[in-house]
Amino acid sequence: MTTPAPDPAPVPGPVLDLGLEAAADAGAVERRLRSRRDTGRGLLMPYLTGGIATGWTDYLRAFAAAGADAIEIGLPFSDPTLDGVTIQRASDLALARGASTRRILTELSGMPDPGVPLVASTYYNLVLHDGPEAFCAALRRAGVGGLIVPDLPVHEADELTDVAAAAGIELALLASPATPQPRLAEISRRSRGFVYAVSLMGTTGERAALAASAAGLTGRIRRVTDRPVLLGFGISTPDQAREARRHADGVVVGAAVMRRVLDGAGPDDLRDFLTSLRQALDASPRPGV
Amino acid sequence: MRNVSPWREPVPPDGTMGEPRARGRFGQYGGRYTPESLAQACREVDEAFRRAWADPGFRGALARLLAVHAGRPTPLTPAHRLSEALGVRLYLKREDLTHTGSHKINNVLGQALLATRMGRRRLIAETGAGQHGVATATAAALLGLEATVFMGERDIERQALNVFRMRMLGAEVVPVTAGSRTLKDATSEAMRHWVGATGDSHYCVGSVVGPDPYPWMVRELQRVIGEEARGQCAAELRTGVPDHVVACVGGGSNAAGTFAGFADTTARLVGVEAQGGAGASRGRPGVMHGCRSLFLQDDDGQITPAHSAAAGLDYPGVGPEHAHLRDLGRARYVTVTDEEAIAAAVRLARTEGIVPALESAHALAWVIRAAGDGDLPAGSTVLMTLSGRGDKDLSTLKELL
Repeated sequence: MTTPAPDPAPVPGPVLDLGLEAAADAGAVERRLRSRRDTGRGLLMPYLTGGIATGWTDYLRAFAAAGADAIEIGLPFSDPTLDGVTIQRASDLALARGASTRRILTELSGMPDPGVPLVASTYYNLVLHDGPEAFCAALRRAGVGGLIVPDLPVHEADELTDVAAAAGIELALLASPATPQPRLAEISRRSRGFVYAVSLMGTTGERAALAASAAGLTGRIRRVTDRPVLLGFGISTPDQAREARRHADGVVVGAAVMRRVLDGAGPDDLRDFLTSLRQALDASPRPGV
Repeated sequence: MRNVSPWREPVPPDGTMGEPRARGRFGQYGGRYTPESLAQACREVDEAFRRAWADPGFRGALARLLAVHAGRPTPLTPAHRLSEALGVRLYLKREDLTHTGSHKINNVLGQALLATRMGRRRLIAETGAGQHGVATATAAALLGLEATVFMGERDIERQALNVFRMRMLGAEVVPVTAGSRTLKDATSEAMRHWVGATGDSHYCVGSVVGPDPYPWMVRELQRVIGEEARGQCAAELRTGVPDHVVACVGGGSNAAGTFAGFADTTARLVGVEAQGGAGASRGRPGVMHGCRSLFLQDDDGQITPAHSAAAGLDYPGVGPEHAHLRDLGRARYVTVTDEEAIAAAVRLARTEGIVPALESAHALAWVIRAAGDGDLPAGSTVLMTLSGRGDKDLSTLKELL
């Protein structure tokens, strides 16, 4: 004898259909990151400031050759309020060399397909400059699939989310250690491509150790989504990447790359550096293992 | 010959400077465009300020501080000799007579009191001319808080006396070497610093700029200028309100506080910007330092540095409410050159015995020009906020004169 089960009460914590729902809205960037993650691979997304040097797109090819799973390309802004000194310097240098959104995207269009998803990152003023529609269309034409806007928090993102989606641009939202849990759920739900977990309360830049706040944040994000979670800010060394991999699906490495570029390192040097990060990630157990 | 009046009438209902609409909006401007790391901190400031502002205990404590420490109310001074020469009736709202010598103290005492209510032990501030930095250092000392003030290297050079004052008051002054090394860069650096210090520090923004709730909160804390002036004008003027209300605009805090007292009257509101820092007059819509407003930008959307002899006006943007008042036509924004401002400062010194800050001298320069070219009809009554005293500018003036 069985009696009909009562309607199940909402269950807190991981819910299977959250993941299925997320998978259903996944674009090309997210599908790529998911498929790689699902093989057990730790994801690597190096960052480069667009227009930083003549022939800067050669770096992108080197990043791809070193095993990057996606590449973040910074469109430099005059007043990068979430960036520390290294990326500030890189932005200033690129702008002094005449870099602009238009020019960077033109140069990207002219390069052979690097074979990994490209994710633009920039401040909201540059998105608004020609309007979100025109901006997203220009990204798309240049072969960019994702977008990060560090000064566009989820409560201001309505203006861009639908426009980006319509243009086929996956707008990844950022989550921080100070983000309360309900808001973290909203960010994870509305983010596309991946969730960018900001490891610490601070600006971009190299740090001596992975921030203690990283583990708690990624744990809280993973409770509400199975979207790929990339951990960024302060991840500078293979050891830190290995440590980060214990908590997240992958890492974003920006200042450690740009310091080397600013110091004169060429694409081959960066390939060596990123290969060391790749190997560290490959040797790391998956999160929670 | 002017055929079309620059003034749009009647007063639009949305231009009366009440609370911003949902999500900190003044028309299309405002908002809270911060990194996610600061979203929670802004929400906490917003909630704390709303509670405090509705609390008679907080309002009373602030009023006492403004009276016994800052020296409020400040007088309304008829500028007799200058009025006679210009053919208008000019009244000066004397914020230069507050403790620390500028209107900045009004805002800072409020925010410092708020910070203590919130359990914060340190104030972070940006400063251009140094007046906001000095006010912050003063309030911090008064209430037993620490103060860290970010200041562009270029401003540190031209405002050496204020730098010393801040240090004398126990504040840490951090030189900012990025970009144009002025107020814009000091603001960016203060925001970066706050991201890492939200737990124990309050960011005491010095003008009506930044993410919600700052533009609204700072205007409310500066409203005391306009409210006092409104009462003083009512007692002084047969018409009750002046024909024109004039103030200088960098980010726009003394103007916002002054305008707030007159926004629901027939007074014509005039914000005077530096020609090299005219966000309201020549800016384009954009987002910087946490809010959507008007900013000076190049064709690629990069923010272009401002240039002004007045360090406090050396900002390439303007507060979002000013952008909105401009769009509504409720306030008019005009520019004057460094030379006009310097000439106005000298003229005020020699006719009224008052040496104004170069920022405030911009407002006066427009009054002088407008009285000369008929923009201010003969016999008009003009209230001008004299936002600060000129001591800090003496070395600049010494070089330029």
